Amino acid sequence: MSLIGLACFFAVWEVASRTDLVPGYYLRPPSAVLPRVVTLLGETGFQRALVATVLATLIALGIAIAVAVPAGLVLGSVPPVRHAVMTLVEFLRPIPSVALIPLAVVTIGTGPDTKIVLAVFGALWPILFNTMYALDEIDPLHTETARAFGTGGFGVLRRVALPSAAPFVFTGVRLSFAIALAVVVSTELFSGGTVGIGQFVLEASAGGLNMDDVLAGTVIAGLVGLGANFGLEWLHRRLFAWSLPRGGER
Amino acid sequence: MKMLEVRGLGHTYRGKDGTHTAIDGLEFTVDPGELVCVVGPSGCGKSTLLRTISGLIKPTRGSVSLHGNPVDGVPSDLSVVFQDYSRSLFPWLSVTKNVEFPLRKLTRRNRTTRAAEALAAVGLDGAGRKYPWQLSGGMQQRVAIARALAYRPSLLLMDEPFASVDAQTRFELEDLLLRVRREQDTTVLLVTHDIDESVYLGDRVLVLSKSPATVVADLDVPLGQHRDQITTRSSDAFVDLRARVAGLLTSAPARVR
Ligand SMILES: Nc1ncnc2c1ncn2[C@@H]1O[C@H](COP(=O)(O)OP(=O)(O)OP(=O)(O)O)[C@@H](O)[C@H]1O
Ligand SMILES: [Mg+2]
Repeated sequence: MSLIGLACFFAVWEVASRTDLVPGYYLRPPSAVLPRVVTLLGETGFQRALVATVLATLIALGIAIAVAVPAGLVLGSVPPVRHAVMTLVEFLRPIPSVALIPLAVVTIGTGPDTKIVLAVFGALWPILFNTMYALDEIDPLHTETARAFGTGGFGVLRRVALPSAAPFVFTGVRLSFAIALAVVVSTELFSGGTVGIGQFVLEASAGGLNMDDVLAGTVIAGLVGLGANFGLEWLHRRLFAWSLPRGGER
Repeated sequence: MKMLEVRGLGHTYRGKDGTHTAIDGLEFTVDPGELVCVVGPSGCGKSTLLRTISGLIKPTRGSVSLHGNPVDGVPSDLSVVFQDYSRSLFPWLSVTKNVEFPLRKLTRRNRTTRAAEALAAVGLDGAGRKYPWQLSGGMQQRVAIARALAYRPSLLLMDEPFASVDAQTRFELEDLLLRVRREQDTTVLLVTHDIDESVYLGDRVLVLSKSPATVVADLDVPLGQHRDQITTRSSDAFVDLRARVAGLLTSAPARVR
């Protein structure tokens, strides 16, 4: 069911590249690109690029979680800190990570650190905001119930605030994965330096304009994002059935 | 010694749009082992009273003492069944884990036994692995009661615990409460807006006035220990007392301020 949209997209792409809407040389049809996707996945050189990109994304996501969840908990539960910091947060948040690439390349260099740092910057916000607002959404009756049974401040945080915020935080993580992946690939593409899908696409487009490879690399990046999203949604339904309407029963 | 002493208790909520005095100058005591029902018109401050006794909010005037000790913060041997029980259960915990929630200080084994006993007492033996949202309203209410009982409090506070279940379930839960309080010798303060229920359950009935609530009457219920939904409710003593409470409630003067 959910794949119908994807199938339509490939159909439109096929038609667009076969009619003369766009120069056929640049927009190769999926009937040429998709077989290339399969062969690419079998090539060690490309496999290395794929692993490098996914690994960088996962590291960035891990760091983003480690930073944004505690920060969100503090911002969500200590109003003075929130007041002090929110203006800064709202200033930083709209800055696209990609716009920071030149700055990052000059200060950090073109190694893998650069793409990870930039991806962390992009991935922080959904997790931070979801954690923060999840704390606002906690049912005060849950907190009162815990307190009435003698649960102290820290106990309420651990036994009520964290579990009730967890599904929202998880949704933030899911959104952040796509952002981290996009930033990692973009950084590879713009700054060259490190192994990854982005660099593969960059080289394919530079050395003789191999459009099959360019598009196949792009499609694979999309598939990674799609797969991760499916996986995370599945995990969300399993872990947090209680937070879905009627426990997620259909 | 009194189990509970409430002296000159008053609370004024302060909000953005001014202040609201919910209760004012409440005075009463509860002896150990008693079941005292509190009736009062809707919005008169019954929940506020329970929240101040349980230490969840600090009253603006007066004092509450438990076993002679002034309440400052949440007392350790008290449990509450909240008015909105469906929201007071934790949806991410199974029924058993909900009941075990207050028992953190016990060993794991004791916790499990206690929770199982409490669930059996409310007739929910088989439902331990379910989640609250998989249960009917009446069953959820039983879980909330089981949780409060498993804690073995010396004082059990109940805020309209049977308000939103059907009549049949309500009778069952009322008798359940009478049974466990006999077995465990718990002191109970139960808020209700149902006059019949207050007379059927209580050793005493406290009638509150309209907001801000004060105690209008403190009536003994001469119905003995053993009560029965059919015979007790049709006895003369019951009918008389019910009429008196109803009269007090309708004529309860709103305090001139
Ligand atoms: N947190 C609050 N802030 C301000 N006013 C409040 C707050 N809680 C309750 N009140 C007000 O205090 C009054 C008493 O409320 P309370 O919930 O104690 O009444 P109640 O007797 O339990 O009502 P009900 O029969 O509907 O349960 C009401 O007028 C209510 O609007
Ligand atoms: Mg109430």
